[in-house]
Amino acid sequence: MMTLGELAYWELTSLRVAGGLAAVLLVAGTLVYIHLFKLVSFMQSRLGPMEAGPYGSLQLLAEVGKFLQKEDIFPRKADRFVFAAAPFVVLMSTFLLVVVVPGGPDAWFVDNDLGIYLAMAVSSVSVIGVLMAGWGSANKYSLMGGLRATGQLIAYELPLMLAVVGVVIEAGTMNMQGIVLAQANGSIFGWSGLGNPFLLTQFVGFFVFMIAMQAELTQSPFDMPIAESELVTGYMTEYSGMRFLMFFIGEFATAGVFSAVAAVLFLGGWYVPGLDATSNVFNVIGPLVMLGKVVFLSFLVFWFRFTFPRFREDQLQRLAWKFLIPIALVNIVATGILKVAF
Amino acid sequence: MTTVSDQQKLSYIAAQAADARVNLEIESEGMTLNLGPQHPATHGTLRIIARIDGEQVIRADPVMGYMHRGYEKLTEVRTYPQVTTLINRIDWLGSFANEVPFILAAEKLMEVEAPPRAQWIRTILFEMSRIANVVLFLGDMAVQVGAITPVFFAFRDREHVLNQIESVTGGRFHPNFDRIGGLKDDFPKGWIDETRQVMKKMRRFCDEIEVLVMDNEIFQARTRGIGVIPADVGLSYGLSGANIRGSGVDRDLRRDNPCGLVHDQIDWKVWTHPDGDSFSRFWVRLQEVRESTGIVSQLLDSLPSGPVMAKVPRIIKVPAGEAYVETENPLGAMGYYIVSKGDLVPFRVKIRSASFSNVSITPWLLQGVYVPDIITILASLYFILGDIDR
Repeated sequence: MMTLGELAYWELTSLRVAGGLAAVLLVAGTLVYIHLFKLVSFMQSRLGPMEAGPYGSLQLLAEVGKFLQKEDIFPRKADRFVFAAAPFVVLMSTFLLVVVVPGGPDAWFVDNDLGIYLAMAVSSVSVIGVLMAGWGSANKYSLMGGLRATGQLIAYELPLMLAVVGVVIEAGTMNMQGIVLAQANGSIFGWSGLGNPFLLTQFVGFFVFMIAMQAELTQSPFDMPIAESELVTGYMTEYSGMRFLMFFIGEFATAGVFSAVAAVLFLGGWYVPGLDATSNVFNVIGPLVMLGKVVFLSFLVFWFRFTFPRFREDQLQRLAWKFLIPIALVNIVATGILKVAF
Repeated sequence: MTTVSDQQKLSYIAAQAADARVNLEIESEGMTLNLGPQHPATHGTLRIIARIDGEQVIRADPVMGYMHRGYEKLTEVRTYPQVTTLINRIDWLGSFANEVPFILAAEKLMEVEAPPRAQWIRTILFEMSRIANVVLFLGDMAVQVGAITPVFFAFRDREHVLNQIESVTGGRFHPNFDRIGGLKDDFPKGWIDETRQVMKKMRRFCDEIEVLVMDNEIFQARTRGIGVIPADVGLSYGLSGANIRGSGVDRDLRRDNPCGLVHDQIDWKVWTHPDGDSFSRFWVRLQEVRESTGIVSQLLDSLPSGPVMAKVPRIIKVPAGEAYVETENPLGAMGYYIVSKGDLVPFRVKIRSASFSNVSITPWLLQGVYVPDIITILASLYFILGDIDR
């Protein structure tokens, strides 16, 4: 039998690209249908799409088809190259991010020892895309949205990374696979029935990570950059058709991928208790377990999004610098001390 | 004849200058942000020209008139019964309430009085249109601050009130139900019990909004201390309704000037809030919806029997004279000044609508606030564009 290792480099690469596309787009589609179309509709006492396909399940295809038909409008004074490239830059960061997320003991794209470090680094790339979109549109609303987004994304990257540091200290590795295994092989006060999902010990980190993630995704209550009631749609105002669709996919795909990163860091990734972490079963059910955890975590994201009003720009900066970062720093110190003590 | 007053000249020059300012590109000192006339936050065609420095507003001017429909002029070529069709489009969310002061003013000129049952039903529908109007504000304010869900709850529960109004008047948005000397019809069968249930639902809705929106810490952080109107400034700009009661001024025409409506027959309370900020305006309106449901329930309990129409001539000619009647409408004090020459049609009608005065405070109020607060403040002033431009 041929194993993956015997494939040629180009064969492996194309497999990875296909896997990455599936991991990003299928997850994004699932989240759009489950959360945006149905869950939110039920929260708002309506049914959501019901006509396209059984129970509205093909609505997403109809939406994509609609966007593809639309004209790709460039504002007259737009910086054409920057304007056209911005959605690709935003979407690129999502695809780079998914690279390090493992789906099983052997189901990974890149087994990098600096996995989470790489993830944090490439997640910042989207800031550039957002700023490009804001500036390139030659629209005051877009510019304000882009500037707000930049300030916000930079401010919330710090608590995001600091929350991760606690996990890294506890796992003793930056390798995403290693973090999953550390949780799978861990024990709670000598009882190893459940492993040791870092949610239990790093709950402060989880709290900070989820809030910072919400802000990184520019979802309400941190959606000041988009703020449809004042800035129309912020940096996306001038986009139409396919390019708008890319921003839209980017929004949900990034929500999915960030949730996947959070699932790896805090919920034990592809591991479920009761099975041997090295067993081959996880290569099959691991991605599904991950999907379940992603849906759960992104449920939290969208639940908050559709419940809370939004912070003002100065208020959310204050929340990041005066509240989240100190908490994350204290968490790191406490984790370090406890790690040495035990 | 067509002399142009100095003030008209000045306002024309100011409008031209405002347009010129908008056409300028980004300048070295701050920039001009043009909000509207088509903008999601203005729910209509209000235009705000804001001169901003970073995120801070240096000066903001409202430009009105994009929706001017010339109602004051149009009333001059319509008979009195026809005018109600027109004027219930002024504040389209609480349309029955627009008809009431006009009819009351006409009745005052004709010296007829509606029978008690008609007065009761009028007051009930008046308060129900207040509920239908302000409930939407409670949801809309949350949308402007960024929470999307409450507005769906508002539309869902407003539907019950609209259904009740529809089953009496036949019109959901434009009832055209008020007549000089009474009303077109009585309540349909079973309406009173249904309405009691609906009022219970509305009280539940108020509790829901209180938990979901008003108690939310982010909402409070966004609205408390934002857009503070001191009582004297508010009075000098002619603010009325919940906007002035939110500044602690205890003024409510339903209690102070009960002309033709029966608010003085029942037990209710005028709510005020001392702070004068956006939050207090929201708070006052929430309490007023609760109070209105109580008013409707009490009026339903004490509904007198009898006819709903007084004896009026078949062809209505209003005797020569002038009358002004002002009532406390959902958006604030609304008045009609009718001048009659004894004709089939009014000689002149001047409409005092609440939103026009309420919006006129924006240049004073928006100085120095942040751009997101423009939206919060405008939402909390709660204007309907039809009520501004008429």
